[in-house]
Amino acid sequence: MMKKVYLDYAATSPVDPAVFQAMKPYFLKFFGNASEPHSWGVEAKKAVEKARSQVAELLNAKAEEIIFTSCATEAINLAHKGLIEALKLSGFKARPHIITTLIEHKAVLEACHHLKQLKLAKITYLSVDKYGLVDLKDIKKAIRPETVLISIMLVNNEVGTIEPLEKIGLMLKTVNALRKKQKLQKIYFHTDATQAIQYLDCNVDKLGVDLLSLTGHKFYAPKGIGALFIRQNTLLTRQQDGGGQENNLRSGTENVPYIVALGKACQLVKENKRKEGKRIAGLKNRLITQVLKIPQVKLTGHPDKRVPHIASFVVLGVEGEAMLLYLNDQGVAVSSGSACTSGELKPSHVLLAMGIKPEIAHGSLRFSLGKDTSKDDIDYLIKIFPPIVKKLRQMAPKL
Amino acid sequence: MINSLYSKKVLAHFKNPKNMGKLKNPDGVSTVGNPVCGDVMRIYLKIGVKDKKEYIKDIKFQTLGCAAAIATSSIITQMVKGKLIVDALKIKKKDVVQALGGLPTVKLHCSLLAAEALAKAIKDYKVKKGKNEQNN
Repeated sequence: MMKKVYLDYAATSPVDPAVFQAMKPYFLKFFGNASEPHSWGVEAKKAVEKARSQVAELLNAKAEEIIFTSCATEAINLAHKGLIEALKLSGFKARPHIITTLIEHKAVLEACHHLKQLKLAKITYLSVDKYGLVDLKDIKKAIRPETVLISIMLVNNEVGTIEPLEKIGLMLKTVNALRKKQKLQKIYFHTDATQAIQYLDCNVDKLGVDLLSLTGHKFYAPKGIGALFIRQNTLLTRQQDGGGQENNLRSGTENVPYIVALGKACQLVKENKRKEGKRIAGLKNRLITQVLKIPQVKLTGHPDKRVPHIASFVVLGVEGEAMLLYLNDQGVAVSSGSACTSGELKPSHVLLAMGIKPEIAHGSLRFSLGKDTSKDDIDYLIKIFPPIVKKLRQMAPKL
Repeated sequence: MINSLYSKKVLAHFKNPKNMGKLKNPDGVSTVGNPVCGDVMRIYLKIGVKDKKEYIKDIKFQTLGCAAAIATSSIITQMVKGKLIVDALKIKKKDVVQALGGLPTVKLHCSLLAAEALAKAIKDYKVKKGKNEQNN
């Protein structure tokens, strides 16, 4: 049988058996509606609140500051649209201004685009340096009297670069203290922490954020469950009207088994974070060192300020999807930001924003590691990958 | 259903491309596409004459691009090898797509590129031939 090596954990991860065990009874036995006062409902409600505490604990937040959503995309939409709408409802007169970056996930970019289209907000998209890092000075410069939100991802999903959130948070504290005296609107701070939860410290006080979005399926909970941290006294307008669940911010009958799963997955992250992060970082470094031995291959993202599980490259003179499919043919799953894999005609907006030329960005490849990745897996990849690059380069015309 | 998957035939040509490589002293060459867009195709032709008619004696391709770009290059060379030039020129992108058992919608432009590359290589041959005849 062919060896199978999954190196696309940043896309999604398998459900952890312990997580699966924890959620199972809530399909069959404890199936009650958490809004009902009978014992079935109470069992469900208890489970939901336990999970809420588990998520809160991982973020060093209060349980009541967590609401469950279907995914990070939903959490992000609620954070951005909900904040702008709430400000409007509270009588904020000017057109609110949002500062974000060019390298955010589409969920942030499209939510901002939506607000801009409807003339509900003005948006500043900050550029980044060649490593994908946003500059604190640029953020400061972009702030206007009507700025209400800064939204910056904690970790970029394509290149793994860690943004200086703590520094931004500290800067914002000073700015907001001054704005209070000037009777200006407070600037809220949102982060998409989707790729950070597993390995980084996501203490919301340390980061200085008011809003944090996450999704479970990146860390061994099932797809279809996410959460939004909303700091106390942060006003949001719900985006889904109905029966008033989740503190009136996200109506709809609670998805109890999935919520239980997210709680359990957060608990496991808390227990394993340090040790597992170290192990994964070691494997990732091995992968990077070996892959960079192939001529005309460059690492994308920051060499040091990067998460343990993401190694991303551009391979010159080869198209990304072609490499991806040849790797798949030998049992290895990776992802690419080439135009051909995105279904668009342009390559990855992240790589372009980092100043990588389109003809080079087409040859991008991302390897992302996870709990089942072994040294054997990495060695297998290192063995099969160089001949694939060589073969595809031979196929290409000399330009 | 949105067609976003590759057919078996596309994958077969991608994994084992036919007529891949270069030709020495080709009678016609063309390069189409653009690395900025991610696809570049080059086609080399050798033209022969049989019963006073010109035909494609040999054809090779080199392609930088995705699976669809490589597969369309491969199949078009197979489709026209041995064919009369006049017949080869009749091949349109839809014929290429059909021969591959379909292409995902977003990849249809790759088939256009292959047909373009072939037509351009034949044109290059004709221009070169014209020049040679003038010189003689």
